[in-house]
Amino acid sequence: MKKADKFVKNAAGRMVPTIVNGKKVISFMGVNKYRPTHKGAAPRVPTCIDYPKDGNKIVKSLKEALIKSGLKDGMTISTHHHYRNGDYVANMIFDIAAELGIKGLRWFPSAAFPCHAPIIEHLKSGVVHHIEGSLNGPLGDFCSHGKMKGLGYLRSHGGRYRAIADGEVHIDIAVIAASAADMTGNANGILGKHPFGPVSFSKTDAKNADRTIIVTDSLIDFPCYPWEIMGNDVDFVVTLDEIGDPQKIVSGTTRITKSPDRLLIAEYCAKFVEAAGILKDGMNFQAGAGGTSLAFVHFIKEMMVEKGIKARSMIGGSTKFLVDMMEEGLTDYIFDGQTFGLEALSSLRDNPNHIPIDIFDIYDFHAKGNLVQMMDVIVLGSTEVDVKFNANCVSHSDGRMLHGIGGFQNCMLAKCTILAVPSFRDRIPVIKDKVTTLVAPGELVDVIITERGIAINPLRKDLIEATKNSALPIRDIKDLKKEIDQICGIPAKPKLSDEAVAVVEWIDGTILDTIRKVEK
Amino acid sequence: MAKIGTAGNYGKEIRSDCKVTIELTKSGGLQIELISKVKEYFEDSIISLTKDELKFFSIENCKIKIEDRGALDYVIAARIETAIKQVKNTDKEYLLNIIPQNTNQTKKERFRRSRLYLPGNTPKLALNAGIHKPDGIILDLEDSVAPAKKVEARILVRNTLRSVNFYGAERMVRINQLPQGLIDLENIVPHNVNLILVPKCETAEQIKEVNSKITKIKKKKKLKYNIWLMPIIESSLGVINSYEIAKSENVVALAIGLEDYTADLGTQRTAEGNESFFARSQIVNSAHAAKIQPIDSVFSDVNDMEALKRNVIISKSLGFHGMGCIHPRQISVIHKNYAPNINEIEKAQKIIEAYNDARKKGLGVVSLGSKMIDAPVVKKAQQILDMAKIGGNNR
Repeated sequence: MKKADKFVKNAAGRMVPTIVNGKKVISFMGVNKYRPTHKGAAPRVPTCIDYPKDGNKIVKSLKEALIKSGLKDGMTISTHHHYRNGDYVANMIFDIAAELGIKGLRWFPSAAFPCHAPIIEHLKSGVVHHIEGSLNGPLGDFCSHGKMKGLGYLRSHGGRYRAIADGEVHIDIAVIAASAADMTGNANGILGKHPFGPVSFSKTDAKNADRTIIVTDSLIDFPCYPWEIMGNDVDFVVTLDEIGDPQKIVSGTTRITKSPDRLLIAEYCAKFVEAAGILKDGMNFQAGAGGTSLAFVHFIKEMMVEKGIKARSMIGGSTKFLVDMMEEGLTDYIFDGQTFGLEALSSLRDNPNHIPIDIFDIYDFHAKGNLVQMMDVIVLGSTEVDVKFNANCVSHSDGRMLHGIGGFQNCMLAKCTILAVPSFRDRIPVIKDKVTTLVAPGELVDVIITERGIAINPLRKDLIEATKNSALPIRDIKDLKKEIDQICGIPAKPKLSDEAVAVVEWIDGTILDTIRKVEK
Repeated sequence: MAKIGTAGNYGKEIRSDCKVTIELTKSGGLQIELISKVKEYFEDSIISLTKDELKFFSIENCKIKIEDRGALDYVIAARIETAIKQVKNTDKEYLLNIIPQNTNQTKKERFRRSRLYLPGNTPKLALNAGIHKPDGIILDLEDSVAPAKKVEARILVRNTLRSVNFYGAERMVRINQLPQGLIDLENIVPHNVNLILVPKCETAEQIKEVNSKITKIKKKKKLKYNIWLMPIIESSLGVINSYEIAKSENVVALAIGLEDYTADLGTQRTAEGNESFFARSQIVNSAHAAKIQPIDSVFSDVNDMEALKRNVIISKSLGFHGMGCIHPRQISVIHKNYAPNINEIEKAQKIIEAYNDARKKGLGVVSLGSKMIDAPVVKKAQQILDMAKIGGNNR
C-alpha cells in the first residue's frame, strides 16, 4: 500500500493525493464549496445488562483494560492532550501494545507533544503504523524525514471532532485521562489531585469509540459530578498513581511576552482593533494564551478600562489574566476550552459565568452554528504568510513540521482574523511569495500585523475603509515584503523531495496540501 | 604556530551575530567552513560575501571558519574584517553600500526627547530599534562594550551606521572617554553619524579636542555634513564647568549621567533624587543659558513604568527636554509625559494667535492681555505647539 497515491491539483493549486493510507479522500474544492450529504458516525450499540449492575467498572490495570477492550492489530487508539507536555498515558498505551506484540496501530491524539518522543521507537518497530494528529518536536522531525510507515494526517481541533462525528475516523479504543472519576466512569478534568480543565477534546471520543477507558489518578465516590464524560459511555475505569505531570501543563504559554518587538506587534493588534471599530460594548473575542496573544489582551484590557468598554464574552485558553478581567467587570462570560493555572481552575469551578465549552461548539464545521463565527476578532500566530495572505502554522520554511494546527484553521471563520507575526525570524523572512505549506487559504486571513507594518487583505474593503485615517502603519503586503527582503536578503528555496510525508486537511474534511519529505 | 584572528560571538543564546576565526596559510587556497542555522537559505550568499571580502584584503590562502546565528551581511562583514585585521596589517576598510535612508542630516533644534541606548557590539538589538520610534538611537562604544571588545565594536558600529535602517531616529554614537574616544571617531565620523555623545565630560577643552579631531577627519575625507555633540556630565567638576561645555561649538544638547555623578559624590542614587537636585538644575540652567537642550539621565528600572512616568513628570518640571532610555517600552512613556499638557498648549495657541494678529495689523509690539510678548516667548510657544502636534508617540 502506498502512503499517498493518485495526486491531483486542488482548488488552491496544490498537488494533493486522492488516496491516503489506502483510503479515498476528497481534494480541497475552495472555501465553503464542499458539503457532505451522508449521515454521520454510527457507534457500536452496547447493552446495559452487559455491564456490572453495581456500576463498578474498575479493572486493575491499563493493560487489562486494553486487553478487555479487544486491542488488536490495526486498531485506532485515541487520546487527548490536556496534560500537554506532561502526559504519561499515551506512552503507557503503546508500551503495553508493544509488550502484547500488537502491530500496525493508528494513534489518533488530539495533539502530540515532545514528551511523546518514546513513541518513535514504536513507529520504528511497527507497533504504531502512523499518527493522525499534530506532529511536532521529535515526532514531527521523524515524520518530516519520511520515516513513518503511514502518511501523517494533520487536522485542526474542529476537524478532528468533525472526522469522528462524520464517521471518517472510527475509534476502536478511546483512552481518556481524567483528573477525577468514579467507579462507573463519570469523569471530569476539574476535580481531583491534578485538575487540568474541561475534558473538551474527548467528549466525542467517548460517544463514538467502540470502547472507552477512563484513566485517573483520583478515584472519587460515585457520582463524580460534573460528569463531562458520562459513565454510561465508559467501558472500563483504571486508577494509576500518576497520569501526567501537572507542572508541564502551563509550559510557558501563560506569560505575557517580554520581547519589545512582540509587544509592539501586540500593541498594533490592539490599536487596529480599536481603529477598525471592533472595540465596543458587547464584543466577543478570542483571547489566546500564547505570549503575543496574551499581550494583545493586555493592551485591549487597557483600552477597555480607559474607555469603559465591557465585552460580552471571551474565549480562552483561560488564564488568571482572563479571570481577573471577568472579576474586574470587563467581560460577562469566559468560554473555556482549555484551562491554565489554579486561578483559572477555581474560577471555572466556582463562577457560573466561566463556562466550559466543547470543541464541537467552538470549532466544528458541522455544528449548527459555530462559536468562532460569532467572534468579532481573533489574533493568532503563524510560521509563514504569503503575499496572497495564505498562512502556514505547521511547518518551518525548510518544510520541517513544527506545530500542530490546533484551532488555527477553525479560527479563520471569525469576523476578523488577525495574524500577528514578526517580519523575520533569524534572518528568515516570514512573508513569502508562497507559503511552504498551505494551512489557511488567504481569502480567510483578514489582517497580517508585523512590527514593521500592517497589511489588510484587499478583500476586506470595510477594514481598509475603517482604518484609513488612523495613524497605524498600514501598508501593502508587497511593500512590506520588499522591505523585509532588503533587510534579510532573499533566502534560497528549501530542497524538498517529491515524496509526501503528511497531508493537511481543511476544516470541511477535504485535502488542502501535502507536506513533503525534507532532504537533509 | 600561525597567528589566529577571531571576532564576534557564537552560542545558543546569541542571535543575529556570528563568530569568525581566521588563520592565514601559505597554500591551499580559501578553505571556508560555514556553520549556520540559516545555512539552507543563505549558504551561497554568505560564502560569496566571504570570498569577496577576502579578495578585497588580498588574502589568497587561509582557513576561515564562520559560526553563524543568523547574522546579516553587514555583521558578517564586520566580524570577518575584525578577524583579518588581527592577522594582517591593513588600513583598508571593507564597506558595504550605505543605505539611502542613512544619509540625512539632522537639525540642531530637532526633538531629542528619547534616546535609546544600544550596546554597540550586540547586533540583534540594533535591527529593530528604529521601529520603536525613539527620537535618537545611540550605538554605545563605552560602558556596554567590554574592554577586549572595543576594536570589533568600532567596526560593527561603523557598519551598523551604514546598513541598519533606524526609521528616522537620529543616528548617535557614544564614544569612549577621551583619549580612547578620539580613536573611535576615526571609525564613526566618515559614516554619516548625526550626533556624538561625549561621556564623562568635565571641561570645554575636551569638547574642543573632539571638535578638532572631527574637523581633521572631515577635511581628510572631504565630508560636508555637520556632526552634533551631546556631552554627558557625570562628575561634580563637570557640573561646575557645564556652562562652558554647553556653549562649545556644535554642542546641541547637554546630558547628565547620574550613576557616575552620585558615585563621584560618594552618595546613593535614590528615587526622590534629592542628591542630584543641584546637579540636574545646574545642567538645565547651563543648557538654557547656552540655548541648547538639557537632557536627563536614564531611568534604569525597565519594569516600573509608573515610576518612570513620575520621573519624567519631575524631569519636565525641572526644565529637561528629554531623557535616555535603555528599553524600547520606555519610549512612549517618555514621549507622552514630556509632551505639553492641555494648559501649555492653550496658552501657546493664544500667544501665537496674538502674534499673528499683531503682525497682520502691522503692530511692532505684541501683547497678550496686559503682558508684552517678545520673540523668545513666541518661539517657545511655537515649539510647544510643534511638540503637541507630534503628540506623545510618534515623530
